[in-house]
Amino acid sequence: MSLPIGKKIVFYTLLIITAAIVFAPTVMAFVMSFMSNKDIMTGSMPSVLTFDNYVKAFNQFPLLQYLFNSFLISIVIMLGQLILSSLAAYAFVFLEFKGRDMLFYLFIATMMVPFEASVIPNFHTIRDLGWIDTYPGLSVPFFAMAFGTFLLRQNFKQIPKELREASLITGMGDFKFYLTVVLPVARTSLVTLGAYGFLTSWNMYLWPLLATTNDSVRTVQIGLKQLQTQEQLNDWGVIMAGAIIVIIPTLILLFLGQKQLQKGLTEGALK
Amino acid sequence: MGHVELVDLSKSYDKQKSVLDGINLTIEEGEFFVLVGPSGSGKSTLLRMIAGLEEITGGTLKINNETVNHLPPKDRNLSMVFQNYALYPHLNVEQNILFGLRAKKVSKQEQQERLMEAVEMMGLGEYLKRKPRELSGGQRQRVALARSIVSQAPLCLMDEPLSNLDAKLRAHMRIEIRRLQKRLGLTMVYVTHDQVEAMTMGDRIMVLNDGKIQQVGKPIHLYNEPANLFVASFIGSPKMNLGNAVFVEESKELVIENALSIKNNSAYLENIKRTEKLKIGIRAEHIFPATSETATHHLEVVNVEQLGNETIVAFDIGAELWTAKWAGQWSVQVGERVPVKIDMDYLCFFNAKTGDLIRPAHFSKEKEVAAI
Repeated sequence: MSLPIGKKIVFYTLLIITAAIVFAPTVMAFVMSFMSNKDIMTGSMPSVLTFDNYVKAFNQFPLLQYLFNSFLISIVIMLGQLILSSLAAYAFVFLEFKGRDMLFYLFIATMMVPFEASVIPNFHTIRDLGWIDTYPGLSVPFFAMAFGTFLLRQNFKQIPKELREASLITGMGDFKFYLTVVLPVARTSLVTLGAYGFLTSWNMYLWPLLATTNDSVRTVQIGLKQLQTQEQLNDWGVIMAGAIIVIIPTLILLFLGQKQLQKGLTEGALK
Repeated sequence: MGHVELVDLSKSYDKQKSVLDGINLTIEEGEFFVLVGPSGSGKSTLLRMIAGLEEITGGTLKINNETVNHLPPKDRNLSMVFQNYALYPHLNVEQNILFGLRAKKVSKQEQQERLMEAVEMMGLGEYLKRKPRELSGGQRQRVALARSIVSQAPLCLMDEPLSNLDAKLRAHMRIEIRRLQKRLGLTMVYVTHDQVEAMTMGDRIMVLNDGKIQQVGKPIHLYNEPANLFVASFIGSPKMNLGNAVFVEESKELVIENALSIKNNSAYLENIKRTEKLKIGIRAEHIFPATSETATHHLEVVNVEQLGNETIVAFDIGAELWTAKWAGQWSVQVGERVPVKIDMDYLCFFNAKTGDLIRPAHFSKEKEVAAI
C-alpha cells in the first residue's frame, strides 16, 4: 500500500500507541513476575530481578498437578471434539437421509444457547453419574460441538462429490472413505479446530470450578484464582508468575498455528 | 446379445418431473457408444444410472444379461472417468492410480504389474511421485484414464472427460482415448455435449434431448439422415441450414422462407404431400459456389469466415441465417452478391409440425449405392 509519508507517520504512531496500551498489562505481568513484593507494593521500578516468584508458585501450590490436569483435559476435549464433529459433519455432507438439512439447522441453532444456560442440567447429569471430581466429568460435556460440526461441514462440502462417487465405484465403504480421503484432505481445518478446541478448554473457568471440589483434578485456571487470597495481602509477584506459566502453552500454540488457524477459520467463510 | 441393455428405463425426481423417459437401448460388447445432447438433456443422469450412482425409477438395466438395477456400483464391474477427474488431492499419481486396487485387495505384485502397464501406456513414468495439483490438465486426464485402466473392468464410463482441456489437447486426447478403447477392447459409454467429439469418436451415437432418445445410429447416418429437426441442427458444424418451405403448384417451385425459390426438377418428390407444412434443411457444404452461368441464385453475403482451407460464407434467407462452406480460399466481401447453386437433391424435408424427417437428401442414397 502506498501512503503519503505524512499519513504513514501518523498511522504508525497511532498504531504503536494502541499496541502499547493493549499490550501493557501483559508486559506489566511479565515484569512483575520477576520483581520482589516490596518493589511491587511501592510501585517503583524493579531494583532486583529474581526467579523467587516462580519457585514460590511451584512450591506453595500444586501447580504442576494443575498444569497436568489442564493438559489432559484439554487434549481429551480436543480429541473428542475432533472425532465427533468430523463424524457428524461427514454425515451431514456425504450421507443422504430425510430431513438432513432440517437436522443441520437445528444443530446450528444450538449455537445460540449460551453455555451458562446449560450449566445446571449438565451439572445434574454429571452429579447423577458420579462424575464429580473426575476427568470424564470435566471433559465429556464438551465433546459435542455445534461450531466444530459447522466448520467441518463447510470444509467437507468443498470436497468434490466425484471423489465419493469414484470411491463408490471401487467399492469403498463410508468409513474407509472418511478415514483415507476426507480426513487427509480436510487436514487444515482439523488442525484449526483442534487448536481452537484446545485453547477454549485450556481457558475454561466456570465448569471446572463447578465440577471439582478438590485439588486432584482441578485445572490451572482455578489454581490461578486460588493464588489470590481473601484474608491477607496478595502476593502479586507469585500470581503473575503463575499467570505467565499458564499462558505459555497458549502462546506456543498461537505462534505455531497462527497461519493455519487464520487459514482454516476463514476458509469456510468464503464459500 | 449386448453388453449393456436398457429396457424402458426412466428417471424422475420426487415422482413428478421425469428427467429420462422410455430409454430402450443396447450397447454391444467392445463398442464405443457416445451419448450426446445439450446440457440438461439427461445424458449424465443416464450414465450415472448405468454406474449405479443414481437410482433407477423405472425399467430394467442389464449388464451381461444380468439385471443390475439394485446392485451397488462396485459389483457392476465397471470403471468411470469423471469430468473433473476426481483425483485424490492428497495422494500422488501412483497412489491415485492404485487407490481402487488397494480397496479391492489385489495382491501387491499384481498391483505393480498393472501399474507399470498402465503407466507405460499413458506415458506417466516421470510423474509417479507428483501430486495432482503439480500436473497439467492433460496429465491429470491421463492419470484418471490410467486409474480406470488398472481396474481392468470391461465396461468404462466417461462423463465429459475432455471438456476441461484446451482445444488442441482435446483433439489429441480424442485420438488417444479411441486408441486405448480399441486396444483394450473396452465397451465404452461416453457422454459429451460436443457433437464433434461424438462424431469423431463414436462407433454409434445416441442423441438425447429433454430426456428422450432422438436418434441412435452411426455418426454418418445421423449426419446424412437426421431423424428430426433437433438432430439435424445438433449434429454437424456449422449446423444444418433450416427454413420453412411451401410448394407453389403453378410455377412448380419450392419457396423457402418467402425469399428463395427453387425449381422442382426432381421427379421423386412426388410422394411428399403438397399440403403439409414443410421445413427443409441443407448442409452448409451443399450450397455450392457457382459461376453466373451455372448459378441458381444470387445471394447477399452478410459474413465471411476465412479458415484457410475453407471459407464459411453467411447469407440472410428471410429470418434465417444460412451458412455455406466452400473448400479453399474465396475472396468474397460482405455486402457482395455472389452466385450460388442450390439443388433440390440436396434438401432434407421435415414435417414442420412434428419435426420428423419426411425425406433425406437424395445424394446420400446415390452414394450408398455407389459404394456397394
